[in-house]
Amino acid sequence: MTTHHDIDTESGASVYNVSGGDWNDLVDEATALHEERIVVNMGPQHPSTHGVLRLILELDGETVTEARAGIGYLHTGIEKNMEFRTWVQGVTFCTRMDYLTPIFQETAYCLAVERLLGITDAIPQRASIIRVLMMELTRINSHLVCIGTGGMEMGATTVMTVCFRERERILRIFEAVTGLRMNMAYIRPGGVAQDVPEGMTETIRTVVGELRKGLGELEALLNENPLLKGRTVNVGYLDLTGCMALGITGPVLRSTGLPHDLRKSAPYCGYEEYDFEVKTRTGADSYDRLRIRIDEMYESLKLVLQACEKLDATQGQPVMVADKKIAWPAQLSVGSDGQGNSLEHIREIMGTSMEALIHHFKLVTEGFRVPPGQAYVAVESPKGELGCHAVSDGGTRPYRVHFRDPSFNNLQAVAAMCEGSMVADVIVAVASIDPVMGGVDR
Amino acid sequence: MTDHAADPSTDLTYGPDTTPVEIGERRGMFGPRQGGDTTGYGGLVTPILLPGAAVRPYGGYFDEVADALERALGAGGTPYEEAVERVVVDRGELTIFVRREHLTAFAQSLRDHPALRFEVCTGVSGVHYPHESGRELHAVYHFISITHGTRRIRVEVTAPDSDPQIPSIVGIYPANDWHERETWDMFGIIFTGHPALTRILMPDDWPGHPQRKDYPLGGIPVEYKGGTVPPPDQRRSYS
Repeated sequence: MTTHHDIDTESGASVYNVSGGDWNDLVDEATALHEERIVVNMGPQHPSTHGVLRLILELDGETVTEARAGIGYLHTGIEKNMEFRTWVQGVTFCTRMDYLTPIFQETAYCLAVERLLGITDAIPQRASIIRVLMMELTRINSHLVCIGTGGMEMGATTVMTVCFRERERILRIFEAVTGLRMNMAYIRPGGVAQDVPEGMTETIRTVVGELRKGLGELEALLNENPLLKGRTVNVGYLDLTGCMALGITGPVLRSTGLPHDLRKSAPYCGYEEYDFEVKTRTGADSYDRLRIRIDEMYESLKLVLQACEKLDATQGQPVMVADKKIAWPAQLSVGSDGQGNSLEHIREIMGTSMEALIHHFKLVTEGFRVPPGQAYVAVESPKGELGCHAVSDGGTRPYRVHFRDPSFNNLQAVAAMCEGSMVADVIVAVASIDPVMGGVDR
Repeated sequence: MTDHAADPSTDLTYGPDTTPVEIGERRGMFGPRQGGDTTGYGGLVTPILLPGAAVRPYGGYFDEVADALERALGAGGTPYEEAVERVVVDRGELTIFVRREHLTAFAQSLRDHPALRFEVCTGVSGVHYPHESGRELHAVYHFISITHGTRRIRVEVTAPDSDPQIPSIVGIYPANDWHERETWDMFGIIFTGHPALTRILMPDDWPGHPQRKDYPLGGIPVEYKGGTVPPPDQRRSYS
């Protein structure tokens, strides 16, 4: 083991720097020095902390007596940056917050902007269907990464390979629809950037079949796995009272038996028209959260199929609000060099209508104005309630945008879940919260 | 949002002040803040107006919530009129402006009164209005009641820049712990009574509070192929 220890001059405490090796050696060394209380800094660069989360653990032997989470290592000032870009450009920023659920931030933000503009009811049905389709695919994507990395952190690499293999199928759909695999900036205030390509619903149906098979494999691998159950059952326990006090939402809350899901209780984007169930379990531990995530993926597949059906029924309908003061006039089209503006539109603005050119230019460079006021819109992201609080002062840029990221809030439960448990259980408990530091730190 | 502005002179002697709240002014027509004005519209001054107080009935469940609040606050010894500064209903959302000295009593009623039962506080964030003198800093709380079918209300508390203190509600809503730390970090609002009000996103030794409007975005000019692109906050803009 690469250990060396120094004496901290201020407090007189011994400082150990450990990088790999056997834990028992360290414990022996510390015991020899008659140190009863050990404070361990786990992270911010640690493979099992989901990115740059820093856990400060106070240990008594191998039992955690105090756990604190230190965050902020991935703070990129997205909210501040958004105040210096137009309302449409804001999408490009907020999509990068929680990088596993880009579509959810985009939707929450766009719904907030649309409420500020007062055009919520004018959003075309097809745009809402595409949003639901993309959100549900993203939900599966996020849950797969959660389970995959969670498995890897417990040493089960096969779980990771299965999950990432299945995730790849979804990313391919994203690429075909939006042009990008993540951080798509696809949902825009007023609708979506572009209609789904022709024949996409058929592709998605095929992929749903493949995903079902993959999820079956995952279930066979995990559900009754004695090793997994040994590591996760009764680990990271947090009951309903704890969840309510700490404002926890998402799978963690549903693992206590409360069927709270904003898609059902406060539907947006037309979720009330879909048939799906809110999955709950009552164990309130890491195992149940895992099972809920798997069950939710099946529900999402159901939703995806229903969305495909609706897409087929609304073929050819607009995907952007009719208001020309908000919707960009140009549709993108795939040219010989990849993507570009549609030739038809270029021909019009360059050849016949200078006003259209000016309008397009103004809308893209200056942007549209949003009447003063504020709005808070929440969507059910895979991690819980994702809220967007947008304030406008009547300008072309947001006056203030705040995102209530579910990971940020849920990470507060680390102490409640881990204190009194073993060090190894901390990893499992944190993985069951599924925090993504990009969203936590923003 | 100015169309429903009531004329205060025709207002009854008793009733909420429905005049829109001015938070600043906009000059010119196209919004450039740098460079000379060549449009001839530079002399235009338009006030920026946020919606004023609403009059009863508020609509939806808002009246029920307001009634329950009156009862709950009255029973707790804090008159509703004293605690609540203004009620705004805008875009289907209910905003209650609460005077900061009554925030804790207000939050307690929100959580505990059976007709209210706002179990979850989904956090607090700040908004800085530098031109609203005496109430520059706003702390905006959002509450959700799962018991009563996902009801939402927004509570806004203001504090002047010279005395940026708002009582903490962590004792009532522990979920607000990190949210209040973030709002302190970003806006410099001191939540008195918070168990450990330290920076959370910025480094511990960071000077200033980045989300305030008087804090620059920062950034350096980028040179590219002989041209120089100024940082985003120094570019000519039309907001």
